[in-house]
Amino acid sequence: MPLFVPNRFRGKLIVVEGIDGSGKSTQLSLLSHWLRSQSYAVAFSEWNSSPLVRQTTRRGKKKEMFTPTTFSLIHATDFADRMESYILPMVKAGAIVCADRYAYTAFARDVARGVSRRWVRNLYRFAIRPNIAFYFRVPLDVALGRILGGRDALKYYEAGMDLGLARDVEESFRIFQGRIIDEYEAMAHEMGFHIIDARLSIEDQQRRMREIVTNVLGDSLKNEVRRLAGGEIHAQAATAPVL
Amino acid sequence: MLKRQPLQFYSEPLPGVDVSELHGKLIVIEGPDAVGRSTQIALLRQWLEQEGHAVFETGMARSALAGKGIKMAKEGNTLGPITMTLFYTTDFADRLENEIIPALRAGFVVLIDRYIYSIMARAIARGEDRRWIEQVAGFALTPHAVCYLRADVQTLVSRVVLGRGAFDYWESGMDLRFGPDMYESFVQYQKRLIKALESMVEPHGFKVVDANQPIDRVFRELQRQIARLMPRRVKRRPAARKAKSA
Repeated sequence: MPLFVPNRFRGKLIVVEGIDGSGKSTQLSLLSHWLRSQSYAVAFSEWNSSPLVRQTTRRGKKKEMFTPTTFSLIHATDFADRMESYILPMVKAGAIVCADRYAYTAFARDVARGVSRRWVRNLYRFAIRPNIAFYFRVPLDVALGRILGGRDALKYYEAGMDLGLARDVEESFRIFQGRIIDEYEAMAHEMGFHIIDARLSIEDQQRRMREIVTNVLGDSLKNEVRRLAGGEIHAQAATAPVL
Repeated sequence: MLKRQPLQFYSEPLPGVDVSELHGKLIVIEGPDAVGRSTQIALLRQWLEQEGHAVFETGMARSALAGKGIKMAKEGNTLGPITMTLFYTTDFADRLENEIIPALRAGFVVLIDRYIYSIMARAIARGEDRRWIEQVAGFALTPHAVCYLRADVQTLVSRVVLGRGAFDYWESGMDLRFGPDMYESFVQYQKRLIKALESMVEPHGFKVVDANQPIDRVFRELQRQIARLMPRRVKRRPAARKAKSA
């Protein structure tokens, strides 16, 4: 059975993947500015942000209620809501949807948690296939350095503390994120990831991404994606809903 | 999904669960909305406890994790079919791992008001892919018995009108937008649900109980089905006779 639903619509779907601290969100933000500056209709969707599901996820995390299976399922539920009520309608309407993390996050993270690879892939079969999936490849120490610099503490599930890998949070994070990297690397070829070396300068990474977008989408960008006419105000620019 | 011995995982074993440690009985009551499942479960529980069995009871949207979230999502107007299916599956998984499996380990009779079959039927009634949802729900344990309360749509309508007195938005499948009329929508939606449940009777080995009958006759039939599964009675009087005299 096919992994995803092919995108037969006018709009495009661009996703970024990688572990925390790989710089993917920064890069996606820059990419979307660039696309907007060319008057393309751009929409954003962030992992774990469905208004219907978010509270349940938050509650489960706070009370540490999740098992690998329920953790996987609630994230799929969140994703389904964004797919049904936002991503799919936007792509159909001709927008470029930029997704910060996609099903691949579940493929890497849930499998690193011990969930069956086959099961989690089937779980996301309703997702539309991205036009471009960027994978930000980063050494663990670099990512860890960026995260520890920016935040007070590593979070429980992010560090895989639910798996009992190590008593020390930082050590647990290291082991768990290492497993996630292994999963990303193992699927990179199969999923057709465009790999970005996240050790390069921000500018070089962005240049590379723009080249790839231009090459992969080619004329379909100009011919199919919805664009704002000359004088029209870009209403989304300042207040794009983050779903 | 193939028929298996009771208390086996359908297709995906849950990590950390040894099924050989599960000693209880897993009994599922299935059927469409308003067919009288909760009435029967209350009667069954009373009977089983009188017989000396410890009973644990659960049903849809009752999980500590997702129960509240589902109720809130249903109050809005944005809950899509795939999201609904997965939300209910999350709810089921939470109850399976944290309630049902521990109760089975402790040797309880677990009585479940709707299992994965209803989640699957609702998804199928909404046009979702059958194989997709079968695999998603593949971490479920096979029950000792699935008693399917079969009833005509008009029986369901009677129970709604005479019992609750009002049609429910989701039980009427209003999200499918058959039309503005709740009665007509209820009839169409329940027909679809029943069709989906009927398609599971054979492959999942449902024990069909005619629920067009009065409550006490349905109960007696359920008792007969379930009595067979019980290891031994604590009391000496046969279950079926006892119920008749009650």
